[in-house]
Amino acid sequence: MRHHHVLHVVAKMVIPLILLFALYVQFHGDFGPGGGFQAGVIFAAGLILYGLVFGVDRLRRTVPPGVVRGLAAAGGLLYAGVGVAGMVLGGAYLDYGVLLPDPMAGQHLGILLIELGVGVTVAAVMTSLFYCFAG
Amino acid sequence: MEYVINTVLLALLAVTAGAIVHLRNLFAAVMLVGIYSLLTAALFVILDAVDVAFTEAAVGAGISTILMLAALALTGREQTAATGPSAVGLAVVLATGAALVWGTLDMPHFGDPNAPAHVHVAPRYLEGTLTEIGIPNAVTSVLASYRGYDTLGEVFVIFTAGIGALALLGGRRES
Amino acid sequence: MDAFLGYYNYWIVIALMMTGLYTVAASGNLVKKIIGLNIFQTSVFLFFISVGKVSGGTAPILAEGWTRYSNPLPHVLILTAIVVGVATTAVGLALIVRVNRAYATIEDDEIRRSDLPDSS
Repeated sequence: MRHHHVLHVVAKMVIPLILLFALYVQFHGDFGPGGGFQAGVIFAAGLILYGLVFGVDRLRRTVPPGVVRGLAAAGGLLYAGVGVAGMVLGGAYLDYGVLLPDPMAGQHLGILLIELGVGVTVAAVMTSLFYCFAG
Repeated sequence: MEYVINTVLLALLAVTAGAIVHLRNLFAAVMLVGIYSLLTAALFVILDAVDVAFTEAAVGAGISTILMLAALALTGREQTAATGPSAVGLAVVLATGAALVWGTLDMPHFGDPNAPAHVHVAPRYLEGTLTEIGIPNAVTSVLASYRGYDTLGEVFVIFTAGIGALALLGGRRES
Repeated sequence: MDAFLGYYNYWIVIALMMTGLYTVAASGNLVKKIIGLNIFQTSVFLFFISVGKVSGGTAPILAEGWTRYSNPLPHVLILTAIVVGVATTAVGLALIVRVNRAYATIEDDEIRRSDLPDSS
């Protein structure tokens, strides 16, 4: 798809919006529909669209596969790490109430962090799957 | 009105599934799977599962279609062997289906507010999401807080599946 | 009519499930088998969400003016299952790609034939 000018122009306009929308879904998941799983998939879809229109090699240079693999592990570790942080602060594993002095604020922080972990892992795994199949 | 849309969408879904099974051209079948996923997402909206609909629309109609197309590009897009209808398969499927239909007959009716599924933990989650967690979306609070262990497990399943695909197809250096 | 509508969702789900099962059993093409598994899997998703629906309820995002909500628990289970489903489908497709590299076909009877000792 190297020479489709219409595709190139439209993709250049749409891809930033897709990534922005993914971030919105990620951080607005507490109040409306959305959350880490959806945001991760949408973010990966934006990257995959870039790869399809501009070529996988360009996507590889922008988002190196090694970094993607590292992020996949980092997201899971962030999730598990929040659980450990709860234990260190005297609560149960994955108990967010103890993260901050105010239990309600602690819950907010915990949910924000673990949703971030979920989003990073899902986006990274989906992108890495695309790299596997795109050769 | 809700129920009319529900009925029509489910009928469309059954027709699409039949067409997918019938088609010999794998490329067309994969495209129909994308449509099937989109119909499912619409149905999830009607059934009040907006978060699920969101996921299904992004995953089913987006990522999974692309992965299947990529796999077809690496293998072949036509089903070569002419496998006719299998009598044994049909018999097994009909018997299983009949048993399952018989099993549904003492289930609570669709949408029944007093069904056992709705009286046990769900009211507790719906009450607690504002007073204990402080966020209005009950799905997020159950996913992230009440059932955080489940979600942790799911995240690592996704991670493991990613590693599995990577181990099977490898990086670029191998090819 | 009421009883029919009360069970209609479950019955369509069973029909979809059996369609998927039949595809897995009867089709010789490995990609078609994965598609069959996908249909089967989606039917289970639909079943859970149908069970979670409360008539007269709304989506479980608390808002003023609503007192009746659909059950959020099946939504959570299925939400994660969908993403896990695509990841496991990808593993299946990766296996098929490897099978195709080794046997140069993705039809299961041809694979079985080339595995027979006298075929070489």
